[in-house]
This record gives sequence, C-alpha cells and structure tokens, in this order.
Amino acid sequence: MNNTDIVKQSLKKRYFKERLFKTMGMLSIVTAILFLLLLLTDIFTKAWPAFIQTRVELTVDLNEADLGIDAQSDEQAIMSADFRKPIRAALLNTFPEVTKRKQKRELYSLTSMGAEFQLRDMVIENPQLIGTQQTIQFMADDDVDAVIKGTIDRLLPESDRRVKNDKLGWIETLEASGQITTGFNWHFFAAGDSREPEMAGIKGAILGSLYTLLVTLALSFPVAVAAAIYLEEFAPKNRFIDFIEININNLAAVPSIVFGLLGLAVFINFFSMPRSAPIVGGIVLSLMTLPTIIIASRSAIKAVPPSLREAALGLGASKMQSVFHHVLPAALPGILTGTIIGMAQALGETAPLLMIGMVAFIVDIPQSVTDPSTVLPIQVFLWADSPERGFLEKTSAAIMVLLFFLIAMNAIAIYLRKKFEKKW
Amino acid sequence: MKISLMIFLLLIFAAFSYFMARQKITTAYRQHKSKHKILTLPKYFGYVAALSSLIPALLMMFFLQMVEEPYINHEISSFISSSQFDDNQDLNLYMNEIISADTPEKVAALSAEKQQVHQRYMEIQTTTDRTQAVIVLSLAILLAVWAFKKINTDTPARRVFERIVEGILLLAASIAIMTTVGIVFSVLFESTRFFGEVPILSFMFGTEWSPQTAIRADQVGSSAAFGAVPLFVGTMLISFIALLVSVPLGLMSAIYLSEYASQRVRSLTKPVLEILAGIPTVVYGFFAALTVAPFIRDLGQSMGLSVASESALAAGLVMGIMIIPFVSSLSDDVLSAVPQSLREGSLGLGATRSETIIKVLIPAALPGIVGGVLLAASRAIGETMIVVMAAGLAANLTVNPLDAVTTVTVQIVTLLTGDQEFDSAKTLAAFALGLMLFITTLILNVIALHVVRKYREQYE
Repeated sequence: MNNTDIVKQSLKKRYFKERLFKTMGMLSIVTAILFLLLLLTDIFTKAWPAFIQTRVELTVDLNEADLGIDAQSDEQAIMSADFRKPIRAALLNTFPEVTKRKQKRELYSLTSMGAEFQLRDMVIENPQLIGTQQTIQFMADDDVDAVIKGTIDRLLPESDRRVKNDKLGWIETLEASGQITTGFNWHFFAAGDSREPEMAGIKGAILGSLYTLLVTLALSFPVAVAAAIYLEEFAPKNRFIDFIEININNLAAVPSIVFGLLGLAVFINFFSMPRSAPIVGGIVLSLMTLPTIIIASRSAIKAVPPSLREAALGLGASKMQSVFHHVLPAALPGILTGTIIGMAQALGETAPLLMIGMVAFIVDIPQSVTDPSTVLPIQVFLWADSPERGFLEKTSAAIMVLLFFLIAMNAIAIYLRKKFEKKW
Repeated sequence: MKISLMIFLLLIFAAFSYFMARQKITTAYRQHKSKHKILTLPKYFGYVAALSSLIPALLMMFFLQMVEEPYINHEISSFISSSQFDDNQDLNLYMNEIISADTPEKVAALSAEKQQVHQRYMEIQTTTDRTQAVIVLSLAILLAVWAFKKINTDTPARRVFERIVEGILLLAASIAIMTTVGIVFSVLFESTRFFGEVPILSFMFGTEWSPQTAIRADQVGSSAAFGAVPLFVGTMLISFIALLVSVPLGLMSAIYLSEYASQRVRSLTKPVLEILAGIPTVVYGFFAALTVAPFIRDLGQSMGLSVASESALAAGLVMGIMIIPFVSSLSDDVLSAVPQSLREGSLGLGATRSETIIKVLIPAALPGIVGGVLLAASRAIGETMIVVMAAGLAANLTVNPLDAVTTVTVQIVTLLTGDQEFDSAKTLAAFALGLMLFITTLILNVIALHVVRKYREQYE
C-alpha cells in the first residue's frame, strides 16, 4: 500500500466525518424549526374553538307580571328584575317532560349564567320589549359548547362523560330542531374576565396591556434616547461613565422577576402606589426595557457618519445643535426600531407584573392607568391555571391574540428598518 | 389640587414666560441695544426663561408630594389618642379604612368616632392641597418674573440652555445606576430583616423548605423551615437540563448558519430563530405544562418509569428550546469575530471544513463561547414563567430529572402572590431568595461580559 492509498482511505473517512458534521448542524436547525411549528400548531388547534360561540335559540315571553316591571320602568328597576324566569320558562316550554327538580336544574344549565345579563342588557337598551315575545339566541353553557364542538365525545359511555344522557338528549333535540347555532365569538373580544369559561373575554386584558405599554413607552422612550445621546455624544471618558455603562449592560441581563421585587418594595410598599395598576406595571417594565432601548439607540447613533456632525459643526452649529438637528433625525429610524422591539418584549413580560399584584381576578374593564387591571400574558397565566376544561381553548386563544400583537409590532419594526435603512 | 392640573398650569406658565422673554429680546435686538453682534437666537432666551421657572417648580411639587403623606399620617395619629394603637400595623389599617371612605355612603357606614377622624382627615387634606398649590404656583410666578427681569441681550442664553439640557441628559443616563441601587437596596433591606428572624446559615445550608407558618402555635407543622438547598438544587437541575439542550443545538445551528449555509438559507432561517426568541415565556410555560409534561409522563409510563407530572425534565427541555436562539446568536457573533486568515490557513493546509471548525475555529472562539454559555446559564436560572407553570411546588431534594422539583423563582412567585402581610417571614423569605438570585446572575454576567470583552480585544 503506497502513500496515495493511505491518503485516499483516510480521505474517505474524513469526508464522511465532514458530511456527518454538516448533517448535525442541519439537524439542530431543523429541530429548532420543528419545535416552533409544533408549538404553533399545538396552540392553533387548541385555540380555534374559542373563536366560535355556540348559541341556543329560545323564544322568551317577557311578560310584565313575571318580571315585575313594565315599559315605563326606570333602569334601576330593570337592573334588579329577575330575568332568569323567562329563560327558564322558555326552556321548560321546549321540554315539557322535565318535571323533577334535579332534572330541571340540569335543564336550566343549558344556557350560560350570562344569558340573563344578555337579556337584561337587551331590555335596558329597548324597554319596549317588555310585554312581548322574543326569539333570542342565548349564549350556551360551556358544556353544551364543548359537546357541539366535539371536545366532549358523545360516544363515550355515560359514566366517563361530563355531559350525562339526559342533557345530551336535550342538546341533540335542540340541534335537530335547528335551535343551536354557531357564530363568530365577538363576545370574547368585548368582555372582561369571568369565572365562567363561555362568558370570559379578553377586552380587559387587551386594554390593560395597552395602558401598561403606553406608560412604558412614555417613560422609557425619552429617557432611553436622552441617555443614549449623552453616552454616545457628550460623555467624557471617566470612571463615572464607565460605571453607568457597566450598570446598563448588567441591567440588561438581570432576571425580570428581580425588577418585580423592586416594584413591590419601592413603588407599592414605599410610595404606596395602587396595586394591580397599569401605572406601576408600566414603570417597572420601563425600567426593564430601558437597557434594551438604550443599547439599540446607541448603535443607531453610532452608525451616523461623523461627516454629518463635522459638517454641522463646520457651519457654525453648536454641539447640541448638531446632535439634535442632524444626528438624531438620521438615527431616528434605528431608535424607533429598537423601541418597538423593546415594547414587544415588555408586552410579553409576565413575571415582574405578578409581583406587583396584576395577577388579581378582575372583571371590570380598566378605564385609566390607575384602575386595577390585568395584562395579556397574565390573562394567559390565569386561564392556564383554571381547572375548567373550557378555559383551555380560551388560554390558547389569548395566546394567539398576544402573538398577533407581537408579530404586528415586529413587522412594523422590520418595515421601518427596511424603509429607512440608509447605507452611509 | 390635582397633580395633572398643577402640571398643566405650570406648562402654560412656562409657555407664557417663553413668549414674554422672546418678545423682550426680539424688541431689544430691533432697537440695536446689544453691545455685540447678534450671537444668540431669541428662542434660546425664551427657553431659559421657561425652564428656570418650570424646573424648580416641578422639583418643589414632587418634594411636597413626597412629604404630604407622612405629614398627614402624623397629623392624624396625633389627633386620635395614641394609646389606642400599639404598633404601626393597626394604625395603617385604621388609616386605610378612613382614606378609602370616599363616598358619602361609605362615610355614613363608619363609626361615630371614625367619622370624626374622617372629617379631620378631609380638613387636613384640603389645607395641605391648597398650601401645596399656593407654594408651587407662587414659586413658579416669582421665578418667571425674576428670569424675565434678569434676561438681557448679554445673557449667554444658548450656553445656559445647553448646559441645562446636558444636565438632563446626564440625569437620564444615571437612571441605570439608580435602578441598580434601587434593586440592591430594596432586596438587601428586606433580606436583612429576614435574616434577623432566620439565621443566614440555616437559610443557605438547610435542607428543608416549608415556608407555611401556621396561624396557631399548636398546629401540626407550625414551625416553618427555611432551608433553601432544595431550591438551589432544583434550580441548578432544571438549568442544567436546559443548557444540555440549548448549548449543543444552539452552537451547531450557529456553526451551520455561519460556515455552511448559503445566503438564502441564512436569510430564511434567521427570522425563524428570532421568532423563537420573541415568543413570550408564558407561552412556553403553557406549552410545557399542557403538552410536553403529559407527553413525557406518558412516554415514561409506557417504558415503565414513574415520571412526575410536573417533571424537571419537561420544564428544562422547553427552557432549553427557549434559550437556543440566545446561544446561537451569541455563538454566531464570536465565530464571525474569528479572523478570516485562521480559516484560510487551515483550509489551505488541506483540512476539511469540519476539521477547521473543530480544531481551529472553536478553540479560537472558546472564551467567547464560554461567555455565551455563562450568559445562557444566567438566563436559565432567572427564568420564571416556564418553571412557575411547569415545575412543581414541593421542595424535593433530588437530582432525578423525572421527579418534580421547585426552583428559586417559583418560590418567589408563590410566596408573594395572593394574600400577604408584608412583615411575615414568609414574604421576607422571597426577598432573601431574590437577593440570592440577583447575586448569582450578577456574578455570572460580570464574568461572562469580562470574558467576552477580553476575547474581542484579542482579535481587534
């Protein structure tokens, strides 16, 4: 065997190793992509039922005697009237064979607890309805909803099934007579949180997130840009400035939950600011996103060519004028991109907000930055913790809404970067 | 007076003094009163006049706001007979009850004695509010008048204005320091209170963790135990699993993307990794708890293993996937910092690409990669939502990845959410854990940043 053969043989082995290595690299990327696909499909398939609402169509008799009010009654009286009665009567009308108390209770749970509020709101809006008969599509209970969507398997033996034979029979009768309809679940986007899965909505969380982000933006954007300008353009080289830079770099890597501890100890306990309020959440998140925006803004400012500064200075502008009139406008697209990415990070952040009490169960939709509220990621966390089966799809749907906002924000950032990116 | 109204008034005031000062200087310029040539635009005189009334007035307002509450509390507590309250806790509750009575119905529901206190409270509130408004607004007016009189064409208005702006910029830059100081002090302060109740050694080296203190002394398990070793071990176990997943995958992805992949593949794959990095951790937590953990449990059962439904493996695995983009982008940075000449030298000697990478690139980039791994470790240790949703609550001292363990961050969240009195050892323990977390991640970050910087300098 001569040397060429030895080399050829070893080459074979080496090329094999080369291919193996390359495949390993490819495989690790494919793993990451596969995982992403798995995660997204898992959430999408779990989420879609939440966007469809099941309704039960009933003809209710809104007679004055049962409700104890008439068309002239004021809102207060209507508010306190018992709207359960006409709905229950309508259900009994549809299934006259139900007489036993236990069965009746089962029957009444075909419609949601929210059905009476639905009816009440309709009557408040139009008191003329009192004394008439109306055919209304009521929100169905989450069990009915689950049967219609197939999340509860009708073919299971009764002992293993959440919905028993009686109820299933009624549902199927209603289905056969066309009294069960489905439609897009607008309610999900128009309501606050609730203990009943079918009544729970995401509007409160969306608004809470919006208020929190507004506070975050209003605080972190000016401060971060000012800090970046100072550090890039004005800062002398000394110990103090080095210390600031070390601090910024470290803060960027401090776990977010520690910022929550800071918020709890300083803003809530020391300054006694309101718990669960977007204003405190916004302050904490802005402290957290500051390093991100500062670092992005600094690199945007650094990318502006020195010739611009020198030209401005040469024409007699002061240092401050050259920065604010020429450098800053040129760096603004980069700064905005960094800010949007920082805001997206703040939108998805959960842990620090748990610490400052935004985890409370809040039904009311927040009206201002000081109202107690929750935010999208925490709504996800709260619903994921709920034992009811119906909240599973709500959780996934909330995640989809959250991801939608994140994707939208990132798309805007990419668009800005593409549109205003300048090669100097 | 409401703060927003006061700020609004101050702003109007500032705008007014801006126009006045500008007008004065413009007229002066027109009449050629200046000894020198015109050096400064009139607007800078306006800015200086406006800021010299606005900034002190705002500072005064914030100062008064800060002292308002302690002052009112002090007045009220001297009003009610002090013998009634043994400690601050009761007084705070009492005060809350009075402050929260903001509608006539709520006031009517208070007891006669409390109604009296409430009335006194309202009186003090009104007087302090009025005094505040008077002080702040008169300060603003006085300063504005003073600035208007003082300003003339010889004032170096632009330089003064730029000094003020530079000061504001410096202040903004120092917020990073203030944040760090705030974190250190708030965590340290509560921790020292905790270590006053629980010896620091039994916290650091104790092996039993059961923070539930009983309400009555004779209840079973009434003595709370604050030995944090199980939490440290649990945190390290989950982080280790996460690194085991993310370091090889992230490093190999970075190598493939930077050394093998075509431009097209690169431009398609990078955004995917970025999406992976941008998904909120609560989503990963949901996925870990509801999809991965049951899957691993069923898989383990089918192989005859007993797997906890909140196994460390599930949380660690998902956390590892979450960190992949982090490791990959850091490794990408350090790999591309290796000079091209090293690559070409190795290839020129006949080495294959993989040999070049393994024998030349990785050794050359090793400090940077180690720094990246340390940063990833600090991320894994501080990660909260995945473990809160997918890891257990019970503090088991074990290194079996199939068992349920709990972590430092999980315990912080469970101790601080829900009902809490702030002074119990239970809530203070959360701050002690936070201190440990902060110190650990700080050390990791400082080492990592130092290593990475040294490495960069080597090739620059």
